[in-house]
Amino acid sequence: MKGLVPIVAAMALLGAVPVATSSNVVLNFLVVALLIALVGQGWNLLGGYGGQYSFGHAAFFGTGAYVTAILQVRYGVNAWLGFAAGIAAGALVGAVIGALSFRSGLKGSYFALVTLAFAEVLRIVASVAPITGAGVGTLVKLDLRSEAFQFQSRAPYYWIALCLVGVSLMLVRAIEGSRFGAYLVAVRENEDAAQALGVNTTLVKLVAMTISAAIAATGGCFYVQYFLFVDAGIAYGPWISIEALLVPIVGGVGMVFGPLLGALVVKTLGELAKLVTGDAPGLDLVIYGCVLIAVVSVAPRGVAGVVLVLHRRIQALRIAPPPASERRDG
Amino acid sequence: MISMAVPITVVLNGLMTGAVYALVALGLTLIYGVLHIINFAHGALLTAAMFAAFFAHELLGLDPYIAAIFLAPLFFVAGYGLQRLIIGPAAHGEDRNVLLVTLGLAVVIENALLYVFRADTRTITLSYAFDVVEVGPAFIPVPRVVAFGVVFAVAASLWLMMRWTDTGKAIRAVAKEKLGAELSGIDVAHIYAVTFGFGTACVAIAACLLIPGYYVNPHAGNAFVLIAFTVVVLGGMGSVAGALVGGLFVGVVESLSGYYLGESLGQIGIFAMFILVLLFRPKGVFGAPA
Repeated sequence: MKGLVPIVAAMALLGAVPVATSSNVVLNFLVVALLIALVGQGWNLLGGYGGQYSFGHAAFFGTGAYVTAILQVRYGVNAWLGFAAGIAAGALVGAVIGALSFRSGLKGSYFALVTLAFAEVLRIVASVAPITGAGVGTLVKLDLRSEAFQFQSRAPYYWIALCLVGVSLMLVRAIEGSRFGAYLVAVRENEDAAQALGVNTTLVKLVAMTISAAIAATGGCFYVQYFLFVDAGIAYGPWISIEALLVPIVGGVGMVFGPLLGALVVKTLGELAKLVTGDAPGLDLVIYGCVLIAVVSVAPRGVAGVVLVLHRRIQALRIAPPPASERRDG
Repeated sequence: MISMAVPITVVLNGLMTGAVYALVALGLTLIYGVLHIINFAHGALLTAAMFAAFFAHELLGLDPYIAAIFLAPLFFVAGYGLQRLIIGPAAHGEDRNVLLVTLGLAVVIENALLYVFRADTRTITLSYAFDVVEVGPAFIPVPRVVAFGVVFAVAASLWLMMRWTDTGKAIRAVAKEKLGAELSGIDVAHIYAVTFGFGTACVAIAACLLIPGYYVNPHAGNAFVLIAFTVVVLGGMGSVAGALVGGLFVGVVESLSGYYLGESLGQIGIFAMFILVLLFRPKGVFGAPA
């Protein structure tokens, strides 16, 4: 399994971070980056491989978050069970929205619009429904035991987030190499042609959306256990829909490591912005928006694409010295 | 017949609000009809125009209706520039890229406004804001009546422009058959940018019509643009007449459901309608398919 080596290596490298430093600032930063990488990986499966650009992945993130929180707070369910239920609920929402949209033949802009609208409806409903705590939100009781999925220090959270990201990487890698993955890419490249060749495109998209939603929901479940709070704006707000698509696009859309790379780059930029301007609202998002436009304009395959191109150039240099005309700028 | 007075007022108010929705939707549908993209930055541009109208009044003392005369060309140029310099080059011929770029623009504009002006909600005070006109049994605020009239004037002049001028003919040619238009010597990139400019100018005028009776904050435009999406989908993407009818219809539905169901449920009504139309009649209910 050649494809697994880089994943294991990256996990081992990142897994050593809490051994090297116990700084809460560093770990907190990395946990949030991993969380966004996870949600972004969900988006990447549907958007990057399947070409279906969702503008409403908040619908899945938020459902995972709310189900995990509400089951614990209102029904006394164990946190780990709640976590699993949250993932299942997110997948279900993904399957329902996917079934409705794909059966109606929505694609491109229309698909983006309808996913956005579903997320907004859920946000409005969550901000008035009593079961979600309406405008106040839902607070998970502090209970620092591992049975309750809560920990004294940041390191266990960090390792759990890292494991979740690792699983998502392997899952997407496995899909990439499978027949289903080939169908998915075929749908992205030319849906009509794929259908003509006998691919059940609606089913392929639906399965991709369900898995994608489950991954995004996992991010939401983890968010609740880490921050112990959720409200309608956090769960279903546009911020998470935007970050979910931002990180794979910045990192490398349709590539296994895209979301992780993108999350590290984007979150670093966000932190730098905060250093420069303090905590003024808006500026980090201005930077994210500019990065999104810049990446789409000049580096359509993101950071990973740039790295690949550089890597190839360097290899080419090793094999043969460059012609004299190019040697000047090297 | 006293019992009829309230529903009539509600419907008339809905029609007046719907006219502004129609204008915002007109810009959106124009851009869609020609460029075949959904401009996700439309709402952010509306917010920016509302801020411009607000400061034109606060700093320069310009009445919003006068400001519209200056803001429409200004936003035309802004829209032209955005399409020509940012959106067009970033597209690389892929619709998916345009989606992302307009979304990125929306995020940048909205949050730049948030960063500069903070989340404060601002309103302007006009001497005539609370004057009313008597229409049958109903009393309608003057700004709404003005808005209604202006929207139809704008729609009519847009229609005339599209029908009779060379630019209008070029726009229609590009919308119908891009390659053919290009082969007959039409500069497609220029026409795209002009169309985007017109769409943005519609938004600037809509902002000036809204500001006398509404507030502005960095998220003010979003409410309208989601409604505009609904209108455009209802009316059929790219259909000008559909946008007008759809706008008035949505205005009335919102007004009625707001009156009978309350504000936040009224909002859900719009979304529910939007999703249902997208799912079952994505080619539009009224106008011809785009």
